[in-house]
Amino acid sequence: MSGSRSLRRRLELAGIGLTAILAIAMVGLLVVDALRSSPVVGGMYDQARIAGRLLDVALGTNVFSHPFIWRSVATGILIGIVAPLVGTYLVHREMALIGETLAHTAFAGVAIGLLVNAITGWDGPLMVVALVVGVLGALGVQWLIERTDTYGDVPIAIMLTGSFAIGTLIISLDRTTGIDVRDYLFGNISVVTPSGAQLMAVISVLVVVTVVATYKQLLFITFDEQAARVARLNVTWYNTLLIVMTAVVVVGAIQILGVILVAAMLVVPVATATQLAHSFRETLYLSILFGQIAVIGGFAFSISQGLPTGGSIVVVAIACYLLAVLASSRSTAAISTH
Amino acid sequence: MTVVELENVSFAYGEQPAVRDVSLTVEEGDFLGLIGPNGSGKTTLLHLMLGLRSPDSGSIELFGEPVAAFDDGERIGYVSQQATSGGGSMPVTVREAVTMGRFAHAGHGRLSDADRGAVDDALETVGITELADRQVNELSGGQRQRAYIARALASEADLLALDEPTVGVDAESRDAFYQLLESLNDSGITIILIEHDIGVVTDRANRIACINTELYHHGDTESFVESDALTEAYGATGQVVHHHH
Repeated sequence: MSGSRSLRRRLELAGIGLTAILAIAMVGLLVVDALRSSPVVGGMYDQARIAGRLLDVALGTNVFSHPFIWRSVATGILIGIVAPLVGTYLVHREMALIGETLAHTAFAGVAIGLLVNAITGWDGPLMVVALVVGVLGALGVQWLIERTDTYGDVPIAIMLTGSFAIGTLIISLDRTTGIDVRDYLFGNISVVTPSGAQLMAVISVLVVVTVVATYKQLLFITFDEQAARVARLNVTWYNTLLIVMTAVVVVGAIQILGVILVAAMLVVPVATATQLAHSFRETLYLSILFGQIAVIGGFAFSISQGLPTGGSIVVVAIACYLLAVLASSRSTAAISTH
Repeated sequence: MTVVELENVSFAYGEQPAVRDVSLTVEEGDFLGLIGPNGSGKTTLLHLMLGLRSPDSGSIELFGEPVAAFDDGERIGYVSQQATSGGGSMPVTVREAVTMGRFAHAGHGRLSDADRGAVDDALETVGITELADRQVNELSGGQRQRAYIARALASEADLLALDEPTVGVDAESRDAFYQLLESLNDSGITIILIEHDIGVVTDRANRIACINTELYHHGDTESFVESDALTEAYGATGQVVHHHH
């Protein structure tokens, strides 16, 4: 028993190590992409494109030679890390739908961004405006929750529908832009702009560093909020931090998953991990691994079949969840027969 | 040394007074039983003492400091009313839960070997070392209470505050649990215990505070047993739970 457990732990750590290497490679790729006009990095950029073409030739595909696909894949890989990371705390605080709410707030942000573009002619990246509005929305939700003293559904439902309503009103004001709202509702890998991907890289680094630094505090508050208050942790501050991190992750993730599906990445890998994990730390590790499986599997499925990426990722994630439910009920049955 | 000092403390939920003009002190080494009928404000009073709520009027000091300014979180161990049912489906091991007692010590830094040693000692003291790798939500009510006590011990708390810790715990585990509390008290830890079973309180506690919004009695256990505080406090609402050995 202990032998199989330590083997399992080693496999998990190896998986996390691989994911970390992959993430660093993806951030590196985005940095190279961002700096490709500089003479030093330009050479690396050209080499990466050649590597992409070779990969295409080897696999018989026509995918990796396109820089926009790299950006999308890199963004997806990073989403597959940070969304389950933050989601692990959300799910166990029974705040799973906060992600959905903040995605709708971010949609209002996208709409406001489009309006700002149209009025001022300022071509600032939409995602930055969405990020600002998303964070303000997060603080708004937190404020409502503090006042109503609950993570109950009512303030969340009001915020969710309210911000979406504002988004639709603003979108209807401006019929001149060529941007298809459906790209933001359902996600579309071709809307991942260079600046959107770079934003995701920055977000990912910040979120991972913040969670590593506050792992203990967030865990204590998630497990026993009252005892954490008695231990003089600043619970309100950490709650705000968690909700703001969620908003930031959601804004990054709607590029690929869309407003409607983004909550799935916060919730489904965590639910899968919870079926199998023995400890909280293991839940975190497994959530990230299942997040990666969903993203990579979803990309492979969508590119090979020519289907939308967001939906593919979520379907793969839910398939993993169902397998985990079957596997864990079998292991429970095995234990109870002994 | 005075651990908790309340002076003329009042607190109301909106228009509904929960605690009215309560003054009492808890000295180092006390085992205070906090009793009163359902809805008498016991839990509110405990929350006020721990700084989970702020009083409408009056002053509260914890370890000689105004409670709002008190920041030595590791000195208090708290087992809440929900603790027996808490944890939900969250996969947290007993060791992880007990280690939380060290978080106030470690801050944002890494846990040291001394922290891990304190966790091992705490698990040993309450007798759940062999359950360390089990999930908290798989434990029985009695085992779970021990895990929460171990968290307080790992924190090296001087004050242990428990709110009806044995609701839903079987009689045998309950007796063992109260023996554990008594031995912790003997080792110098101050205990404040809310308990609806008055027999347990008068058997174990050396001080009693009996409240029903107002304080009806505060003093040693002998004087409480001889006084009419119990019938006065419970008079209006009735229903005293007696426990016979």
